[in-house]
Amino acid sequence: MSDTESTPIVRELTPAELEAIQLERPDFEVQLQSLSQWQLAWRRFKRHRLAMVGAVLFLGMCAVAIVGPILLPYNFYVIPTPDKVVYAGRPPSLAHPFGETGGLQRDVLTLVVNGARLSLLIGVGASMVGATLGAIVGGVAGYFGGWVDNILMRIVDIMLSLPLLFVILVVSKFLGSGSWYLIMLIFAIFSWPGISRLVRSLFLSLRGEDYVDAAHAAGVGDARIIFRHILPNAMSPIIVAATLSVVSVIISEAFVSFLGFGVDVTQPTWGNVLSNSLNFISLGNWWWPLFPGLAIVVTVLGISFMGDGLRDALDPRAKE
Amino acid sequence: MLRFIVRRVLGAIPVLFGLSVILFLFLRLLPGNPAVAILGQHATPQLVAQINASLGLDKPLYVQYLQYVWGLLHGNFGASFVDGRTVASTFLVRFPSTVELTVGALIFAVGLGIPLGRLAARHPNGWIDGAVTVLSLFGISIPIFVLGYTLVFIFGVELHWLPAIGQLDPRLNVTPVTHFAIIDAILSGRAAAVEDAVAHLILPSIALGSIPLAIVTRITRASVIDVSNEDYVRTARAKGLTEKRVDDRHIMRNAWLPVTTVIGLQVGSLLAGAVITETVFAWNGVGSWVVTAIENHDLIVVQSLIMIFALIFLTVNLLVDIGYAVLNPRIRYG
Repeated sequence: MSDTESTPIVRELTPAELEAIQLERPDFEVQLQSLSQWQLAWRRFKRHRLAMVGAVLFLGMCAVAIVGPILLPYNFYVIPTPDKVVYAGRPPSLAHPFGETGGLQRDVLTLVVNGARLSLLIGVGASMVGATLGAIVGGVAGYFGGWVDNILMRIVDIMLSLPLLFVILVVSKFLGSGSWYLIMLIFAIFSWPGISRLVRSLFLSLRGEDYVDAAHAAGVGDARIIFRHILPNAMSPIIVAATLSVVSVIISEAFVSFLGFGVDVTQPTWGNVLSNSLNFISLGNWWWPLFPGLAIVVTVLGISFMGDGLRDALDPRAKE
Repeated sequence: MLRFIVRRVLGAIPVLFGLSVILFLFLRLLPGNPAVAILGQHATPQLVAQINASLGLDKPLYVQYLQYVWGLLHGNFGASFVDGRTVASTFLVRFPSTVELTVGALIFAVGLGIPLGRLAARHPNGWIDGAVTVLSLFGISIPIFVLGYTLVFIFGVELHWLPAIGQLDPRLNVTPVTHFAIIDAILSGRAAAVEDAVAHLILPSIALGSIPLAIVTRITRASVIDVSNEDYVRTARAKGLTEKRVDDRHIMRNAWLPVTTVIGLQVGSLLAGAVITETVFAWNGVGSWVVTAIENHDLIVVQSLIMIFALIFLTVNLLVDIGYAVLNPRIRYG
């Protein structure tokens, strides 16, 4: 008894020992930092190399669209008076790195940079409006089910069976009148059905979750359950779908412009600059269609890479 | 199976009905008067009224709609405001070109996409895989008409390897019988005509097929990699089967499923892409007809074509579902 008392197994550390241990920073003391879902997703996204490249391309293009027209020496809306008419235009030079168009001798770089504004605005704007509409319709259909779901989904069926490009052509011909915001609205109106199907299926599975039942039991209203409890959990696939829809809107805008039903040429988009140039392709001025075409391809590639990365980052379970 | 088909066909009826109502109202309510479009600058109130009466546009909307549906049910899609020909007769002349183009693009996409996808899947994340992935992303990113014009410029204008536009050299004097350029050429019995028809089909098929090519390649790659990781593939290898036999009998047979579905789903976007491709290559198909009809305010034609394309789309989707059930014995539709 007295033995154990004289050499206790448990004893207090002397101040010197305590200091030594604190200085040593023992390995069981881990720096804990809690990460939110979004921070985790951002971490996964950063690791996706191609996605980072895509994001840089896309954001770079956005930056060009915002500040480019201010920095350029030429103003799009000041129509130049050509010094000498060269029908084929002039190939790229130091003063005009993207060359000059035929006819009015416009600087192609100015056209491309100014075109970025409307093309991106139409693409991003239409996708955001479309995704919002799709989320509302799909959310309501999936949450309430029954006849509401039935009616809404039949409407979606009808919309999805329409040959979209034809309808967009008809509408932009008769209602678009060449203004960019109407074209944007038209694309928005025709891009929601696909997203609404996606959102509906997400809601169908999420509304059976325990936390939704709990919210119901606590007397939370339908609108609040839809927007505060279910929608945040359905956000990831919606973001991915909306991102990829920007791609299809930018390409469709080019199609519609090409067929002559798009935004009026007094407001430049990549689509209408490109389709304009194709009328003169036989003169051999490759630089005129090349650069707006490249702008479309680079942007679309960037957004596609970014979309793939977002999918992997936001929904790690869906990885191949 | 039969019950499934019947149910799907019946389910399409309300969709078609809704579609016809929406299309009808939508096109009637658009601003702009077809009579004015026909008469152009010669339009006087009397002439406009006369044309409206002759087209039946002066009757109440529901009468117009009933007449329209009555016609549809009798296979009568109405007649063009512009040239007076029935939609059905012009469609029969123009549709074969579009079919030819779509089939050509599908052959290009499937014929190249499946081998490319298999090649990429052999060594996932290897350099071949990387190259194929980048290639397919480019395929999706290039607008059809940019690719089309580039092909025309390089192979048609600069190199003179292939004819740039059109379907059959008019100097060959091939009599149109079926309006399928290739079949007509074969019927004419001249090798030169067949060669010419095929040569005209190559560039448009590549232009239209680039997006489906990219999609088919990606799906084939993903599907083959997926199936290759299955236990039964390892078992087959362990049994000592040759690599080729494992590939053909164990992997591909199962990898086909998603690939078929995706190929079926491409038909809709191919028909839409045909509008652009036919315009680039100056083909007289349904796609270019849509564009001229919209420009000419030819509402009956536009309405009927949208209806016909929706019908084709619904039919193809049904066929894809049925094909899926046939290929995959695990799926039983009740």
